[in-house]
Amino acid sequence: MKTFRSHALICAGTGCVSNHALKVKAALEEELNKQGLVDEVQVVTTGCNGFCAVGPVMVVYPEGIFYQKLTPEDMPFLVEEHFLKGRPVEKLMYREEVKKVKVPRMQDISFFGLQVLRALKNRGIIDAEKIDEYIARDGYMGLGKALLEMSPEEIIEDVKTSGLRGRGGAGFPTGLKWEFCARAKGDIKYTLCNGDEGDPGAFMDRSILEADPHAVLEGMTIAAKAIGSHQGYIYVRAEYPLAISRLNIAIRQAKEYGLLGKNILDSGFDFNIEIYQGAGAFVCGEETALMTSIEGKRGMPRPRPPFPAYKGLWRRPTVLNNVETYANIPSIILQGGEWYAKLGTEKSKGTKVFALTGAVNNIGLVEVPMGTSLRSIIYDIGGGIKNKRKFKAVQMGGPSGGCIPESLVDTPVDYESIGQTGAIMGSGGMVVMDETTCMVDIAKFFLGFTQEESCGKCIPCRVGTKMMLDILTKITEGKGEEGDIEVLEDLASTIKATALCGLGNTAPNPVLTTIRYFRDEYEAHIKEKRCPAHSCIALLKFEVNADLCKKCGQCFQACPVGAIAWEKKQVAVIDKEKCIKCKNCITTCKFMAIE
Amino acid sequence: MAKLTLEDLKKIKEDAKAATTLREGGYRAKITVHMGTCGIASGARKVMSAFMDEVSKKNLNDVIVTTSGCAGLCSREPMATVELLNEAPVKYVDLDEEKTREILTEHVIGGKIVEKYALAVGSETTF
Repeated sequence: MKTFRSHALICAGTGCVSNHALKVKAALEEELNKQGLVDEVQVVTTGCNGFCAVGPVMVVYPEGIFYQKLTPEDMPFLVEEHFLKGRPVEKLMYREEVKKVKVPRMQDISFFGLQVLRALKNRGIIDAEKIDEYIARDGYMGLGKALLEMSPEEIIEDVKTSGLRGRGGAGFPTGLKWEFCARAKGDIKYTLCNGDEGDPGAFMDRSILEADPHAVLEGMTIAAKAIGSHQGYIYVRAEYPLAISRLNIAIRQAKEYGLLGKNILDSGFDFNIEIYQGAGAFVCGEETALMTSIEGKRGMPRPRPPFPAYKGLWRRPTVLNNVETYANIPSIILQGGEWYAKLGTEKSKGTKVFALTGAVNNIGLVEVPMGTSLRSIIYDIGGGIKNKRKFKAVQMGGPSGGCIPESLVDTPVDYESIGQTGAIMGSGGMVVMDETTCMVDIAKFFLGFTQEESCGKCIPCRVGTKMMLDILTKITEGKGEEGDIEVLEDLASTIKATALCGLGNTAPNPVLTTIRYFRDEYEAHIKEKRCPAHSCIALLKFEVNADLCKKCGQCFQACPVGAIAWEKKQVAVIDKEKCIKCKNCITTCKFMAIE
Repeated sequence: MAKLTLEDLKKIKEDAKAATTLREGGYRAKITVHMGTCGIASGARKVMSAFMDEVSKKNLNDVIVTTSGCAGLCSREPMATVELLNEAPVKYVDLDEEKTREILTEHVIGGKIVEKYALAVGSETTF
C-alpha cells in the first residue's frame, strides 16, 4: 500500500476541464517530477467540486487548503512554495468578498462551510474513475445490506421513513412510488434514471454523474431490489459526454467486481444497467416522453393514468427517479431512514442540491438542508449580489418555475413554502437577478424556450405557448396594448388546466409569477412604453439622465464605438448617430443613469 | 476479476481507506515532520521518507504523515511531532532514520512514548 504525505485533488468536472484543468494537472505533475516529489504527493482528479465560478480548482490535503483560478504557469511557484517549503501560496487562495481577506481552508470559506453534503458527499474527494475510492467511503455497503439483510418491503419502509421526495421537481414521495410499482403485477419491471436535466442553467445531475457515478448505480440497484426489477436504463442527455464516459467506466468496474450483473454480492439477485443517450429534446425529461424515447419513438408524452408504476416502459411496471434522488439512497439504507429525516422540515426531509447562478458572487453547486432560507443561500453562501447591485428576484425551477421577489427572500426552501409563492422547487436551478434584469424579458425568455421545446401533440401547449410568446414579444417591443396582461392571465389558466404534460401545464408559471409580483413593470412597458430595468432595446432612448449621472466616465470607457462624449466632472452625452445599441454603457453604469 | 462477496467488499474498503483518510480526517495518529529551512538542511527529508516507508510497509491505514514549517527549536532539528488521538502531542528531536523507525514501532503502533528521544509533551501556549 503506497503512502503519500499529501494529496492534491484537482477538479476535473466539465466546468473546470473546459477551463483547462487538465493542462494545470499536467503542469503540476511535471513540476512535482522536477522537484523529486512524485512519491510524496499524490495527484488525484475528482468530479465537480461545486464552486465552478472560480475554476480550475484544487484542494490540498491534509490541510484542506483551497486554491482557485489556477493556470499551468502557477504550478512551478506553487510546487516550490507549498509542497517543497511548506508555505501555502496566498495569492492563489480564495478571497472573501466582504472583508477582502484571503481564506485558505475550504471549511472556512462560507460557500463550502455552510453546506451539508449528502447527495454530494463524495464530491471533490474521490477519483470518480476509481471504484476502490468509492468503496473506501462506504460505497456499496448499503447495497450489501439491502441485498443480504433486508426484504423488499423493509427497503421500501426505510425509504418511506426517510421522507425522501423526488428531486427531479415534482417531489413525489419516493418510497410510495416504489411501493406502487412493487405491488404492480408483472415479471418484467424496469428501473429508470432520469439524467436528462434539461432546465437551462441546471447542472446538479451533471455534477453527481461526473463526480460520483457509483452512487447512482448503487441507488438504482437498491431500487431494483425493492420493486423486483432486473433491467435498468440511465437516460443521459448527449450533451453530457463526460458524464456518459464516467458512467460507462463505473458500470464496467462495477461489473468486474460483481456489484452489477448476475448474482450481485453472491446474493442471487441479478440487475443490469445500460445507458441510453438523449437526442436534445427538453420534453424527454418528462417521464412518459422519456420512456417513449427509449422505446425508439419520437419523445412525446402519454396521458396518465395509467401511471408508469403500473404501465411504463413498454407498458410494464416502471420506476423512474432523478439522479439526485438515487444518489441519496445508499446512505439512507446504510444509516437508516430516521437518520435522513433528522434534517429538513416536517414535509420536506433531507437536503436539496441547487445550482446557484446569475448575479451572485459565488456561483456554483450548493447542497443545504430543506428549510434553509433563500436569504441564507443567496447572501451567506452565495456571497451576495455581484458588483454591488441590488437583489431583485430569484428564479427557481427553470422554465416550469417562477420568480420570487425581494419581499419574500426569507422564504424557507421546501416544497410547500416555495409552492405557495407561485414558483416551484423544481430540480434545483436558482437564478439570481439584480435591478438590471427586466422581468417581462425573463418571462419572454422562458416562454421562448418552452415554445420551441413543445412537442406539439396537444393544442393548449402548441398553440397556447405561441400566443403567450407573441404577446410578450409585442410588449417588449413597445407595442403592448391595454388588456394584454388580462389576456395573458386568461391564456395561462387555460393552458395550465388543459395541457397534456408537465411541460405545457407549467409553461405559464414564469409569466404568472412575474405578473403577480412585478405587474408595475408590465404596465410601464404597455402604458408608458418604458422598461424600468433599462433592458428592452426598443424601449430605450439611449440618453443619459443628467440628474442621475455621477460623471464617473465608466460608460465612456465601456462604449466600443466611441459614441459617448465625456470629460472629467461633466455629464456624459451619447451621440445617437454613432450608437449601435449594444447596451454596454447601460450595464456598466452603476447608477442606472442611462435610459 | 473475481466476483465479490460482502466480505471482499469490506476488505477493499479497509485497504482503500488510507487514501481517503488523509482527505477527510478520522485518523488515529498524525505524524508531523518539521520541514522549515533548518529541518530540511539537517536531513528532515530522510526522516520523512523513513516514516512514510514504515507506514507503507506496515499497512497502517489510520496514520497520516504530513509536514509543517519550523517548530522553533532549530538547534535540535530534525524534529517530528507525534499526535495520537485524544493524547497530547509529543515532540521528538535530533532524529535520524533509525530513531524514526523505532518511534514508529514503539509509539505510533505500540502507544508508548519513546522517552529517550522525546523533548517534551504538549503544545505551546499561544495568546
